[in-house]
Amino acid sequence: MKIHLRYFASFRDIVGQSEEMLIVDDGASVADVRALLLVRYPRLQPVIERSASAVNHGYVPQDATLHEGDEVVFIPPVGGGTP
Amino acid sequence: MEPFIQITREPLDRNALVAAVTDPGAGGIVVFEGVVRDNARGKQVRYLEYDVYPEMAMQQIREIIAEAEKRWNVDRVAVAHRIGRLEIGEASVIIVVATPHRAEAFEACRYIIDTLKTKVPIWKKEIAMNGEEWVEG
Repeated sequence: MKIHLRYFASFRDIVGQSEEMLIVDDGASVADVRALLLVRYPRLQPVIERSASAVNHGYVPQDATLHEGDEVVFIPPVGGGTP
Repeated sequence: MEPFIQITREPLDRNALVAAVTDPGAGGIVVFEGVVRDNARGKQVRYLEYDVYPEMAMQQIREIIAEAEKRWNVDRVAVAHRIGRLEIGEASVIIVVATPHRAEAFEACRYIIDTLKTKVPIWKKEIAMNGEEWVEG
């Protein structure tokens, strides 16, 4: 099945593009996509380890199962600014 | 009222945001304004670049405001975040909360900015004299 990846901030800088389509096995999880991206872009290692995951604009856990056409985004730490 | 939410590349208009929440029944208005500082962790900052995941940022801000409305029974909230290049001294974020009495306005405003900083997918890159980097957390 096809999923839609979008990249922001440090991810976009490292990957060198803002989005791409990825073919993954039916029933693949967010963790599977994470592993695939690390093979394709080894330089993501440090930032992806600190990142949360989002599917279709909401935060999801690592083991969330993906579906055809899902939009997947890894969210590096946000914020900055001391309270 | 429906919350007023704005993510924009244009300079933020504090007066317009205050006007959006002002109401004869609201006796207290709290404004938080986050402004670009000229230094960070010992570095001299030249300017900032903000990046956003727009659809998710809007969704997260809506959820944060809904939670604040539930907890403090507030009804008049405006949140604006600027993205793109910001110079020193410019406002990056403005939160305005109007309530009948001041205590709820202070608490709700504090909750919204603190939660926004941890949940909303907006990132800033510091461009300093000696290089640039995405700021984390």
